[in-house]
Amino acid sequence: MTIDIKNPSFLLDGEEVPFTEGQTVMEAALTAGSYIPHLCFHPELQAHGSCRLCIVESDNRLHASCTLQANSRLKVSSQTQAINKMRKHIVQMLFVEGNHICPSCEFSGNCQLQAMAYELDMEEGHFHFRYPKREQDASHNDIFLDRDRCINCELCVRASRENDAKNVFSLGGRGTETHLCANSASGKLGDTSLDVSDKAANICPVGALLINDQSYVTPKEDRVYYQTSISLRGNRRPKEIE
Amino acid sequence: MSLLDIDERLLDLIEKVEFGRSPINDIKVPGACDIGLVEGGLCNEDNVRTLNEFRENCSILVAVGACAINGGVPALRNEIDLKDCLETSYLTGVGIVDAQIPNDSELPLLLDKVHPIFDAVKIDYVLPGCPPPAEAFLELVTAVIEGREPNLGYQLRRFD
Repeated sequence: MTIDIKNPSFLLDGEEVPFTEGQTVMEAALTAGSYIPHLCFHPELQAHGSCRLCIVESDNRLHASCTLQANSRLKVSSQTQAINKMRKHIVQMLFVEGNHICPSCEFSGNCQLQAMAYELDMEEGHFHFRYPKREQDASHNDIFLDRDRCINCELCVRASRENDAKNVFSLGGRGTETHLCANSASGKLGDTSLDVSDKAANICPVGALLINDQSYVTPKEDRVYYQTSISLRGNRRPKEIE
Repeated sequence: MSLLDIDERLLDLIEKVEFGRSPINDIKVPGACDIGLVEGGLCNEDNVRTLNEFRENCSILVAVGACAINGGVPALRNEIDLKDCLETSYLTGVGIVDAQIPNDSELPLLLDKVHPIFDAVKIDYVLPGCPPPAEAFLELVTAVIEGREPNLGYQLRRFD
């Protein structure tokens, strides 16, 4: 492949993907309409590189494509059987680590974790279910925090800091005890300045942060991922669908 | 019971299969069988005994539905101590008359935690969903009869 300095591109699964200086592989791929599975990445926020679903292979190494700088020498593989098997195991580990009871979840059908499981042909958890005990927080008038469903992606943490200029959330604890904290003296969400219109309250990819009067407003058949897979629809919240 | 949602195709299916122990008939003990469909998680000792009987008698054992696969809604009690569960339900809860924790030899003892059926036996196939779509049952049973791998498309692999 000859390198075109004015219109640089890299190879993703054999296809040329154009990029601009400073873009990551993930940003360039999404701009070009090529979907790389992800949960903790959001185009408007700083990359986190933690969910590892966006792993791609280049030079016999695995990289998180949301933190891998694009360059013209890259030959990246994403949609291979081996990588998708690893991605499936990552999603299975996320499922068994929390308490993800889809039949009783208001966010079922809109959930990006569930959609990712469908995308990766996951049928069961494979690993031993942990059934952790996690504290719920219903102290806020408009927003319910259900930590059972939280996957520690830090999207709300970053949205609050970078977009809302508030710093309402953070991750606390270590290892399997890692959990989402509300940054108030009481530790309760109701004592923070989180507002229902904040980006942080409207970015959760799973049903961990729910706006109180918005559950069940959409019939099952009309939810984001009921008919269409996440690779075709992208990582969208219900209100982001035309 | 969502197997019955395959409607009139049940008539075609019945030409090819014979029903053993099921909620539809009164057979108490499973005999040798090709396909065993098991719904529900393991909540009590009777569930474990029945599941082991199925595993011993069925060539292919299928975990049917969310509860069999991950414990489902009953597994919400796994976060709560069993003693607290029983006391709240039968002793201290609202509106309880003649408070006592049921303790009859006819009643199977509850397990400390609710388990998916994978925790006790080997499972050959799963049908996710609550309940799984009727089409998924039909595809699985048809595939086994035809000796091929089942192909559950996007619409047939639901978790809710």
